[in-house]
Amino acid sequence: MIGSRSPLHRIALTALLWAVALLFLIPLLWMISSSLKSNYQIFEIPPRWIPNPPRWENYREALTVLPFHTYILNTAVISTLTIIGHLLSCTLIAYAFARLRARGRDVLFVVMLATMMLPYPVTMVPLYVLFQRLGWINTFLPLTVPAFLGSPFYIFLLRQFFLGIPRDFEDAARMDGANLLQILWQIMLPLALPAMATVAIFTFQASWNDFLAPLIYLQKPDLYTVTLGLQFFRSTYTTNWALLMAASLVTVLPVVVVFFMAQRYFIEGITLSGIKS
Amino acid sequence: MAVEATLSSTGTKPEKSFFDRLMGTKRRRDTIEGYIFILPVVLGLLIFTIGPMLASFYISFTKYPILRSPEWIGLRNYVNMFTKEPNFWQACKVTLLYAVTAVPLGIAGAFMLALLLNQRVKGMSFFRTSFYIPTIVPAVASAVLWGWLLNPDYGLINAMLKTVGLPTSRFLGEPDSALASLVLMSLWSVGGGMVIYLAGLQGIPETFYEAAKIDGANGRQLFRFITVPLMTPTLFFGLVMGLIGAFQYFTEAFILTQGGPLFSTYFYSLMVYERAFRFTQMGMGTAMAWFLLVVVLTLTLLVFRSSPLWVFYETEVK
Repeated sequence: MIGSRSPLHRIALTALLWAVALLFLIPLLWMISSSLKSNYQIFEIPPRWIPNPPRWENYREALTVLPFHTYILNTAVISTLTIIGHLLSCTLIAYAFARLRARGRDVLFVVMLATMMLPYPVTMVPLYVLFQRLGWINTFLPLTVPAFLGSPFYIFLLRQFFLGIPRDFEDAARMDGANLLQILWQIMLPLALPAMATVAIFTFQASWNDFLAPLIYLQKPDLYTVTLGLQFFRSTYTTNWALLMAASLVTVLPVVVVFFMAQRYFIEGITLSGIKS
Repeated sequence: MAVEATLSSTGTKPEKSFFDRLMGTKRRRDTIEGYIFILPVVLGLLIFTIGPMLASFYISFTKYPILRSPEWIGLRNYVNMFTKEPNFWQACKVTLLYAVTAVPLGIAGAFMLALLLNQRVKGMSFFRTSFYIPTIVPAVASAVLWGWLLNPDYGLINAMLKTVGLPTSRFLGEPDSALASLVLMSLWSVGGGMVIYLAGLQGIPETFYEAAKIDGANGRQLFRFITVPLMTPTLFFGLVMGLIGAFQYFTEAFILTQGGPLFSTYFYSLMVYERAFRFTQMGMGTAMAWFLLVVVLTLTLLVFRSSPLWVFYETEVK
């Protein structure tokens, strides 16, 4: 497929790619442009791309009419705890699934993967009842505690990674008398750091984007996450599009920044999860 | 008991220390060690997935207005759901319609982008990033943004349609176009699938193409007889995950339309959420969720059953 192609073909291909790329980027560019417009400029017909003058105050306003700093802080606490939980639990569990020979291990692994297909609405109600009995409604616990007991997708991801590491390292360490925890801590962990970074980044993204679970468990405005705050913002200031776009951009920014800092891990993680299954 | 049994069966001498006896054979020790490591996820699955799943099966046969304890009413939730719920079949229709349009279009779009990117052009990583970025935008933010882009009076999309002389649309404001608008929105995030397909394409050994070229195959034949068959497992994965996701579609509809106008975007998950948390009819809500589970399982099974017909596995030729 790849190989000797005429320069004309190459130019056409590049032009096509540019057009599609533009199509994908236009919504985001429009979000930035709208976020800098005044209430008058935003309803201009036909719309203008470059707001003149740009209204930077929108950001200050959008972040202060509702306590957005609280939402950001709440989300940061939840995502940090979830990341710690996943890294601790999933790494150990994945290592066991990859290396330790336990009876029934593979059956358990398949069962675990199968639960990933379970639609969320099925467990939604009993989970709510469970957390309500525990007195966990309006706390961050329903959103963070489960992370410490592992998550099938990340266990799967890390297991794939561990399976790719040659056994020689561990065998050598075992000859030298290292026990399991030493092997895990001193040999596997340093090797697994890239995969763990992938898990951390995916977890951050997932908990930053999560909407349904916070919607169910967090009913007090001072506990809202960023996405709940944005939805609350939208239902209150329905037509104040400039402020809404500014608030949306603030919601998008952290994930985009993390994405650019860690792009490599993103792509690797997705590839790892998609191909090997 | 179990320890004794193992001891007698393996013939271990009784002089061994208590610890050794407990741990038994190497295989036994491995099992114990393994399970200590795996224990958290076993607990996690029992507490947060399998337990709630069984509980929800029970709740679906009860009347359960959350504040009082559940009261057994047999099949009444299911019967009412199929016969009396005014919008139940509408929710099924909307969800199914979304699944059969958004999923194939999404896969086709993602696959085409992957094919474009697989041609070794300059600036490949820039294009890949541009296509991928929309998928990392939080669903809530993307819904708010698209609500603005699709605004009938001041939205960018209608403005652009007007500039090139095409008819404009009310998009989310009209029952005829609301669902289609959500499908269009979903296509903005085909980048996730694209990355997977691209990796799949890059995993096809170059030698396959070279060998076929020596045999005189042209570009179309290479695509039809090498690229497509070797990509079917990856596309199959995309289809299964896409279907499961489509049947749980919630956030965008919850934010943008709340099921309207005239229930034209009344998604199944929206109905379950409303039942359970707005009207606190937990019994009815879980009955609906169980029906969803049955439908999703049946469909997934059908897709898996169909796979020998169109999914190609390399082992077949070896």
